[in-house]
Amino acid sequence: MNSDQPLLAAEGLSKFYGRRLGCRDISFELYQGEVLAIVGESGSGKTTLLQLLSMQLEASSGSVTYRMRDGVARDLASLTESERRFLFRTDWGYVHQDPAMGLRMAVSAGGNVGERLMAVGWRHYGRIRSAATDWLDRVEIDANRIDDAPRTYSGGMRQRLQIARNLVTAPRLIFMDEPTGGLDVSVQARLLDLLRRLVNELGLAAIVVTHDLAVARLLSNRIIVMKGGEAIESGLTDQVLDDPREPYTQLLVSSILPA
Amino acid sequence: MNAPVYNFAYLDEQTKRMIRRAILKAVAIPGYQVPFASREMPMPFGWGTGGVQVTASILGPDDILKVIDQGADDTTNAVSIRKFFAVTAGVRTTTSTNEATVIQTRHRIPEAPLREDQILVYQVPIPEPLRFLEPRETETRRMHALADYGLMHVKLYEDIAVHGHIATTYAYPVKVDDRYVMDPSPTPKFDNPKMSDCAALQLFGAGREKRIYAIPPFTKVVSLDFEDHPFERYRHDGECTLCGADDSFLDEVITDDRGGRMFVCSDTDFCEKRRGDAA
Repeated sequence: MNSDQPLLAAEGLSKFYGRRLGCRDISFELYQGEVLAIVGESGSGKTTLLQLLSMQLEASSGSVTYRMRDGVARDLASLTESERRFLFRTDWGYVHQDPAMGLRMAVSAGGNVGERLMAVGWRHYGRIRSAATDWLDRVEIDANRIDDAPRTYSGGMRQRLQIARNLVTAPRLIFMDEPTGGLDVSVQARLLDLLRRLVNELGLAAIVVTHDLAVARLLSNRIIVMKGGEAIESGLTDQVLDDPREPYTQLLVSSILPA
Repeated sequence: MNAPVYNFAYLDEQTKRMIRRAILKAVAIPGYQVPFASREMPMPFGWGTGGVQVTASILGPDDILKVIDQGADDTTNAVSIRKFFAVTAGVRTTTSTNEATVIQTRHRIPEAPLREDQILVYQVPIPEPLRFLEPRETETRRMHALADYGLMHVKLYEDIAVHGHIATTYAYPVKVDDRYVMDPSPTPKFDNPKMSDCAALQLFGAGREKRIYAIPPFTKVVSLDFEDHPFERYRHDGECTLCGADDSFLDEVITDDRGGRMFVCSDTDFCEKRRGDAA
């Protein structure tokens, strides 16, 4: 595999909602195994950018190219819908802030994890189930909860289940929209540990949208700071957070309460 | 008797034309749900308004109509639909599967094999097999268009996870002609294999949901399953108390309040024929 090519490259991405700006002229490259954090305040265009990258929104201008599993980089806008869907459930994952959006709440945990496998053609119950059991174990959910529906799960468990559901097809890229939002601090810490471990083990590339600088610091290699729809600063996470250049980033960093 | 003047088979000709066009399209794309402008019929939704509209559109003066309700010719729904067409179309009606050219059914396929000159019309309550898995119609249509059917197996997976086997016993999802996943209306899954490679044309009408779909004659229909949990027909373990059949689909009938019960053929015509032959 030609891994010195970027996995995903955004070029001049802009999105306007009518006359209102969603985000403007965002460019970056993401390499295999790299975790990129997008931070900024509410309304700064983080989620818009994530949706543009994951093809849930159509960009007003600019393009996103992705290196497919066969090594060919393709413009995502040129994919057919079935190709896009296939990409979405094999090579990509999308972790929503609210697990209820990413899970089927009435379907058992095993069914939730197995859905992607069945969608790509697995037709052997025993094998689907053992893959699901394996993944529940990896996200630290007790295997005897496999037949329980996620609505009987706690918030932290739901989020972990959502992660398992996304990772079961061994994706190379995972999008996360505030993965730890809405969880209490101790559960957040545990989830972050888990995410960091999985990302390292699997060599995943990830794009994490968050307003929590601690999450960015812990998970990401690189960071993009957004404000008012524009990327105002980017670079290595530690560098940006330790030595912020832009006044706004300095403000963000200094507004963290000391632990 | 001065009967009210109806157009032949109740519906006006323009409506029948519209329904026939939908039927033609449905036959051309086996298993695909074709929308149609369902009319109000003089019966409530859920009583077979879809089936009745399809029957009304394909009926000709020489047709012989049979209507069954769970295999039986003598229940309210079956009797009144038969009467409806006897009055509005003046066609001959019958209870014999062999004699009939059009058979409207609510959820059974007759035991007797069907012929090429017969048409089976199903009354369908919910045509969308993915409905209870994905409530958005916009999304399910897209899933059909892209043949994105992984979700259907999630339902079967859930069955096995909860019950240890595929516990869906009726409305068992099938794949038609290797393309569209279809809800075969709530027929018992015992009847599913009869749909495949059937000599008769099979038409499905859902009045409330405004959909028509079809299985053309001699089309492959496969019931979905898992490799390690294959599709199995289900029938009560026993034989018909009346005719002794051990291969027909059985209904359980409770005969007293002390736990007495018996099994009888669900297909009354089949059962009567066998008893007639034996006598």
